Formats: sequence, C-alpha cells, structure tokens
Amino acid sequence: MSTDAAAADAVRTADSPAKRPHKSDRAVAENRLGMKLVAPAVILMLLVTAWPMLQALYLSLFRYRLTQPDDREAVGLQNYLTVLGDSLFWKDLWNTVLIMIVTVAVELVIGFAFAMVMHRIVFGRGVMRTSILIPYGIITVVSAFAWQFAFSLNNGFVNAWFSWLPWIDSDTNWFGDHWHSMFAIMASEIWKTTPFMSLLLLAGLAQVSEDMIEAAKVDGATWWQRLWKVILPNMRSAIMVAVLFRALDAFRIFDNIYVMTRGAQDTESMSFLTYRQVIEQFQLGMGSALSVLLFLMVLILATLIVKLFRVNLAQARGEG
Amino acid sequence: MKGKMGIQHWLGFAVILVWCLLPVVWIISLSFKSEAETTSGSPQFLPKEPTLDNYREILKDSDFTHALINSFGISLIATFLSVVLATLAAYAIARLDFRGKKLVLSLALAIAMFPVVSLVGPLFDMWRTVHLFNTWPGLIIPYMSFTLPLAIWTLAAFFREIPWEMEQAAQVDGATSWQAFRKVIVPLAAPGVFTAAILTFFFAWNEFVLAISLTSTTDARTVPAQMSFFVGPDPFNPPYSQLATASVIVTIPVIVIVLLFQRRIVAGLTSGAVKG
Repeated sequence: MSTDAAAADAVRTADSPAKRPHKSDRAVAENRLGMKLVAPAVILMLLVTAWPMLQALYLSLFRYRLTQPDDREAVGLQNYLTVLGDSLFWKDLWNTVLIMIVTVAVELVIGFAFAMVMHRIVFGRGVMRTSILIPYGIITVVSAFAWQFAFSLNNGFVNAWFSWLPWIDSDTNWFGDHWHSMFAIMASEIWKTTPFMSLLLLAGLAQVSEDMIEAAKVDGATWWQRLWKVILPNMRSAIMVAVLFRALDAFRIFDNIYVMTRGAQDTESMSFLTYRQVIEQFQLGMGSALSVLLFLMVLILATLIVKLFRVNLAQARGEG
Repeated sequence: MKGKMGIQHWLGFAVILVWCLLPVVWIISLSFKSEAETTSGSPQFLPKEPTLDNYREILKDSDFTHALINSFGISLIATFLSVVLATLAAYAIARLDFRGKKLVLSLALAIAMFPVVSLVGPLFDMWRTVHLFNTWPGLIIPYMSFTLPLAIWTLAAFFREIPWEMEQAAQVDGATSWQAFRKVIVPLAAPGVFTAAILTFFFAWNEFVLAISLTSTTDARTVPAQMSFFVGPDPFNPPYSQLATASVIVTIPVIVIVLLFQRRIVAGLTSGAVKG
C-alpha cells in the first residue's frame, strides 16, 4: 500500500511542475518550511527501521554468531535456504497464519455485535466506553498472565465454571497439548484486541445513514436483509481498515505466546522464532534471514489485503 | 428504534461489561489471595481470606520498583518527544503545501505495520556498538519512531478540523500574532495533542519485544519485561499471586487514564479513520 501511495505521489510530483512552472516565492518558502517540519520525524523513523533493516539484509548473508564474532563467514543465500528447508519454519508460519485468521474472524463478529449494541445504547454510554477501553489499554503481558491463570489447572476458574461442557472437566490441562494451548493464546489475543475492532466498526456504523435503514424497513426488508444489503455495504471501508490493521497486528503475535507457553506445545509464531534465533541463540546471521523473511511476509500480506479488498487508505482516512 | 432500549440491548450491555471486566476482576481477586493459598491450588474465583501481603511484598521488591520507575520514565519521555516531533510534522501536513507529503504519510503507515521483531537482531547489534544497549535512550528512541506514525496520523486528522482562519480574524481584531496563536490556536489544538499523547503513552507502556531484547538489568528494564522474568524456574507454575499483584499495579495508570479521558481516546482511535 505504501508503494501504491508512493507511486501516486510520484505521478503527482512529476506533473505538478508542468502545471505550475513558476512557483511563487511564497510557495517555495512554504515547500521548504513543510519539509523542515517533517524532517525530524522522517529521519527518526528511517533511522530505527530502514537502516537496521538494511543491516539485517547484509547480516543475513553471513554465518555469524554473536558468541563467536571472529568466526564470521559470508555464505550467500545459505541462511535463507536453511530456513526455507526447515519444517519448523513452515510449522510456525502455519501457526501464525492460523492465529491471524481465527482471531480476526472471531473479533469481526464479536466486535460488530458490540458495535451494534454501543450504537443503539442510550444510557450508560460512559460506563460502556470505559469498560471497553480497559482491555484496549491493558498491557498484553498482563492479559496473557490473566488468561494463563484463568486456564490454569490448579488456580484457574475456567475448568470449575465450564465443567458442564462435554469437552471440559476439572482436570483439563489447557497447556498440556497443542490445540488447548492455541485456544488459550487466541482467547487472550481476542479479548485484548476486540475493543479496538469494535470502536473502528462503531465509527463506521455511525456513518451509515439512519434514513436509508428506515427506508429499507418501510420497503419491508427484514432485519437480516437490512444488515447485509444496507448496513454492511455502507461501512465497507471501515471494516476493511479494521481488518487490515488487526490482521497485520495478529500476524506479529509475540507477547501472548512468550508469556503463556514460551513456544511449548508447538505454539511458536514467526515473531517468536525470529526472536529465539537472535536473542536466545545469538544466531545473528540466521536470525537476520528470518527478520528479512518476516518483513517480506508482512509487506506481501499488507499488499494482498489492500489489493484484494481494494482498501483505499488515503480515502478511508479522509486524505482523498 | 431511537431513544428506546429493548431487552436485547440491556442484555448486550451486560454481556459487554462482563466480557471486558471479568479478566480484570479476576486478576484483582487473585492479587488478594495469599501465597499459601495459590501454592496449594485455589480454583475458586474469590480469595478465601483476602490479604494485602502481596502488595506489601511487591512494593518492597526493589527490582519491581525500579522497573516501575523505568516504565514511567521511558514512556513519559518517549511520549513527550514523539508528540513534539509529530506536532511539527502534522502541522506541516495539515496546513502547508509541500512536496512529498503523501510520501511522509505512506512512510508513517508502513512503519505502523512494521514487524518490530525484525529489528531486534540489528538493533541489538547496533545498540551494543554505540553503547545504547540497556539504557533509557536505547528504548526511548525506538519507541519514538514506532509511535510517531500513530501520533502524526491522529494529529493531522485533528489539525485539519481546526478553523485556522480564526487566527487571522483575531489578528484583524488587534491581537498580536503570538496572542492569536496562544489564545486561539493552542486551545483548539490542545485536545488533539493530548489525545495523541495518550495513545503514544499506551504504546510505550505496553511494549514488550524491545523491552526484553534491548535490556539486561534493572537499569532500563520496564515492568512488562520484568514481569516476564518473575516467572521462576517452572513456567507452568509461576508465582500467581505476586504476578497478579504486579499486573494490578501496572494496570492502575491505564484505568486512571481511561476513566479521565475515555472520550478523547475514542475520538483519537477513530479520528477520520473511517470516512466514506
């Protein structure tokens, strides 16, 4: 998406001199001032992202362990081949994608239901806003601990409260196997981030004209029809922005996994794998290759979502 | 339909409250359980004998209080600096015509989506060479650059709504340009700046990946990082009540901010986010 906007920008800047061949002094001064004002922010953002990313690209071509800095050796694309040939990489990628799809889908449904309630509610708006912002503001690590303890075998209430469900009883060990662990991780992720989703959807819902809904009602449309034919299509861009941001966020999942399982029971994500290579195993070369791959995947994912759903972010954010 | 709330809305209201607050109440309840109670296993929701021992203990723990000071210091400084830089940039974006405006906004957006973990390796390496590893600036600098996108977008959206003509109108009425700025523009812009500051603070307060990777001692370790090291030898049997107590303490600032500024936060999160 950034490349898209950048391309549009390139076109614009390319033809603007033609339209305005003689810029007034004032325009030149304004141009200069604008650039000066954005420069500090732009330089800082590039310094901490673009520069280290280039560094990672370079380091990924070496066999380089921090513990043996003198034993650095250029190996070309060997690190990439090793990573892509390792089943652990594919397993972790699958976990990440699964978590992303499930959490975003569940959050869309719950978030939309919440938004509908908040949209209609007359009393207690303040109370509702406050309570929905608490999961949003709470630290992810705290959320992860809260849920880990809730699911805990000895100290959790989940088993006691839900033992009437056929697949839960008092000694269900939520961190004893892959699927139970994944469920617990996703529960924490969903709880923490649904508020963000529902607030974006609420703002979208507020843009749908009441008159249109009323008109559909008069014409005899059922509640279901009004939802699918009037409300949802009219808040499309809000939904897409919410999905884009949350999907990319979920793809980077790290905190919940780190706290809840440390990757045990095959619950590693891409971010966790990368972290483990660099910080725990000091494999800077291999870790850098993973960093580059992770960056590329996020880039591809973002482009894919934007192209697939034709999200116009500029327009969506009132830039158009 | 308008003005009346059906039974389904009251029901929805209740469901939302329970959903949002249950885990919070749970962690508070857990923080009042004695260590003996959690060690022997205590699956009931409320504590048998509520005690304040955990709070007394943890506030005596110098590792935790250090982490709390680091968290406050790093988050507040990063927030302040980030908002200052973002205000300059957003003013330019909202008010001035200059080349590369779209490019700046696109860059900000790209960075908002950047996988932070990708930077852990190179930053770890770089920070060790320039001696920023395990220092406050070592965390403040990346926190600034990752919060700038959100701050710039939020502020630009706010600044676009400001009726800037009023500044000139005040000058025509005899105010000096400083007075016009001070009395007219600052009060109009302040809410936006404040909202951006809250969102930035939340990010820095919450950040975990860099906090565990770029620190090694209590010199710069923030609360989320410190909490993850609290765990002890067996990750599946951590010191429940103490971690819950730390969780409650670190959540208090969040709850205070939310209680005071909920309207601002909602406005900031959705500012111009979903037009059209």
